[in-house]
Amino acid sequence: MPNKTFFWFFLPTGLAMILFIGLPIISTGIQSFYAQHDQVVKEVKKCDPFGCTVSIVVDNEETSKIREEKPLGKFNGFGTYTDRNHLAVEEIKKFWNETESFGAFVDQVTNLPFYKALIFTLTYCLFVTPNVLLLGFIIALSLNAIARKIRGPLIFGTILPMIVTPLVGSLVLFWMIDSQGIIGANIQNLMNDPYLSLKSSKTLTWITIIIYGIWHHSPFAFVVFYAALQTVPQEPIEAAIIDGASRFQRIKHIVLPHIYPVVTFVALISLMDNFRVFEPIIGFSAEGSAQSLSWLIYDNLVNEEVILFGSAAATSMMTIIGIAILLAPVLIRTWKEFKTAR
Amino acid sequence: MDYGLDTKSTRLKTFNTIFIITWLLIACFPFIWTFWGSFKVRADFFSRSDWWYAISAFNTLIETGGKFTTNAYTQAWTEGEFWKASKNTIIVTVFVVSISLFLGTLGAYALSRSTEKYAFWILMAALIFRAMPHITLVSGYLFPFFELQIWGILPTTIVVLVAINQPFTLWLLYSFFKTVPKELDESALIDGCSYFQAFRHIIMPVMWPGVITAGLFSLMLAYNDFTVTALLLNQENHTMVPKIQSYLGTNQHEGNLMWAVSAVVSATAPLFMLVMFFQRQVISGLTAGAVKG
Repeated sequence: MPNKTFFWFFLPTGLAMILFIGLPIISTGIQSFYAQHDQVVKEVKKCDPFGCTVSIVVDNEETSKIREEKPLGKFNGFGTYTDRNHLAVEEIKKFWNETESFGAFVDQVTNLPFYKALIFTLTYCLFVTPNVLLLGFIIALSLNAIARKIRGPLIFGTILPMIVTPLVGSLVLFWMIDSQGIIGANIQNLMNDPYLSLKSSKTLTWITIIIYGIWHHSPFAFVVFYAALQTVPQEPIEAAIIDGASRFQRIKHIVLPHIYPVVTFVALISLMDNFRVFEPIIGFSAEGSAQSLSWLIYDNLVNEEVILFGSAAATSMMTIIGIAILLAPVLIRTWKEFKTAR
Repeated sequence: MDYGLDTKSTRLKTFNTIFIITWLLIACFPFIWTFWGSFKVRADFFSRSDWWYAISAFNTLIETGGKFTTNAYTQAWTEGEFWKASKNTIIVTVFVVSISLFLGTLGAYALSRSTEKYAFWILMAALIFRAMPHITLVSGYLFPFFELQIWGILPTTIVVLVAINQPFTLWLLYSFFKTVPKELDESALIDGCSYFQAFRHIIMPVMWPGVITAGLFSLMLAYNDFTVTALLLNQENHTMVPKIQSYLGTNQHEGNLMWAVSAVVSATAPLFMLVMFFQRQVISGLTAGAVKG
C-alpha cells in the first residue's frame, strides 16, 4: 500500500491514539514535576482592649488567585518523586541509619505508602498469574474430555467471571464472603469465632483479593488454552499412547510444547492486567489493608480538598516504568525476531 | 478427542465430571446467589442473625408480606435514578462501538496491507499502549480537561474510551484482515479501483465476522468501564458501574446496599444475554491474537 494511502487510512485511529494515549502520558510526565500550591497565609493583627494578638490565617482570596494564575501548581522538579508518599528517599536513609537489624529496616520501608502498594501489586501478580495459567489449563483439559454436545453451555458458565466488570465481580463475591453473607457466616460457624471477618485481618484480605483475581482471570486463560488444544495434532499423541506414555507424560511432552507460544501470550496479558489491579480493592472495600499502585493514583485523584495532580502523576509515571520493565523482555524478543526476519 | 484423559477409565471420568461441576459452581454460584438475593430485603440478604434467612425469606415476609419483593429494583431505578445511568450507558456504548469500529477497520486494513517497516512499529506501539493502566491515562486527562472545561460530559468520555479501545481493536482486526486473501482487493486495484473503493466494495462485504467480534469487545469495554467513567463524568452523567459504586456509600454517607445488589443484577443481565448469543465470537476474539501468533 502506498504511503499516502496508508496515511489517510490510518489518520483517524492514529490521531485518536496520539491525542488520548500519547499526549496524556506526556501530560502526566509534565504534571509529575509540579505540586499544588501551598495555601497563602497572612498575619492578622487583632486588637482589643487587653492588647493585640497576631494570628495566622489562610488567605483564601490570594490562594485562589495564585491557583488561577498557575493552575498547574508550583514547579517541584523531582521533589514529588522523592517525597514521603513516593520513593521516600530521606526516610529510607533515616531508617537505614537508625534501625538495627535488616528486618526492622524492611519493616519500616514496607510501611511507606508507595512501597506498601508496590509490594501488594507485585504479590498479587506473583500469586495470581501462575495460578491463572494452571487453573485455566486444567479446566481446558478437563472440558476437552467432556462430550462435545454439552460443551457449549459449560463454556458459557466458565467464562461468566471474566465478562463482568471487576467491580461487579468483586462485589458479588464480597457480599457472600462478608460476615453477614452466606460464606462468611458459615465460616464463622465452622471456626466457632463470631468475630472472624474479612476486614479484621490483613492476610485474609490479601488472600481474598488474590482468590478473586484467580477466579476472574482463569476463564481467559481457559478460553485461549481450550482453543489451542483444538489444534494439537493427533498422530503424535496416538504414537505416544502406543509407546505406553502415561497421561501426564503425554501432556508434558506433546501438548505443552505444542501450546507453549500461547502460554507465554496468556502469561504476558494476564501479567499486564494484574499489574493494574484496582477495582477489586474498591469492591472488597479493602483500602485499609491492601493498596495497589493504581489505587494510590485513584485515591489522589478523588481527594476531597485539592486533587493531588502532581502526586498522582508521579505514581503514574512510576507505574508506567514498571509496565515497561515487565514488557521489556517481550519487546526485545520481538525486535530480535523482526531483525532476523528481515 | 481427548489428550489428557483416557475415555475408557471410568474413575477418571467421574473425577473429571466432579471437577467440572465444582468449577462451574464456583464460577456461577455467586451470580445465581446475588440474583436470588436481590429479591429479598436487606435484613435477609445481609442477615446479622442467620444466613438461612436469605433462603427462608424470614424478614422479607414480615416487611413485605411475600417471599419475594421487587422493592430494591423499583427504588433503585426510580429514586436511585438508575434509569438515568442506564440511559447514559446506552449512549456511551452505542457511540463508542460505532466510532471505534469505524476508525479501527480503516486503520487495521491499512496495517494489514502495508509491507513497510513502520506498520510493525505501529503495532508494537499499540501493544505498549494496550498495556498502560487506564488510571495512569486518566491522571493525564483530568488536568487538561478541567482547563478546557470539557470535564464531566459524555462526549469527552466517549472519545477517551474510543481511543483507549483502539489498540486492542487494531490488533484484533489486523489479525482478522490478515486472513482475508490479499488477492481479493489486489484484483480490484488492477481493475482500476482506488484503495477506498476496494475497501468499500470488496472488503466491507466480507469483514463482518471480524467486525462483530471487535464490536463485542468494544461494547464490553465501554459497558464495563469503571476507571474512566468514574473519574471523567460528573454525578449527573454517571454510567451504570460508577452508579453502583455510589450506592455502596462512603464512610460519611450510608449507601443503600440493596439498591447496589439490584443494580448489579440489572447491569449484568443484558451482558450475559449478549455473551450467550455471541459466545462463538467472544471466544474467537480472545484467541485471535494468541493462536495466530
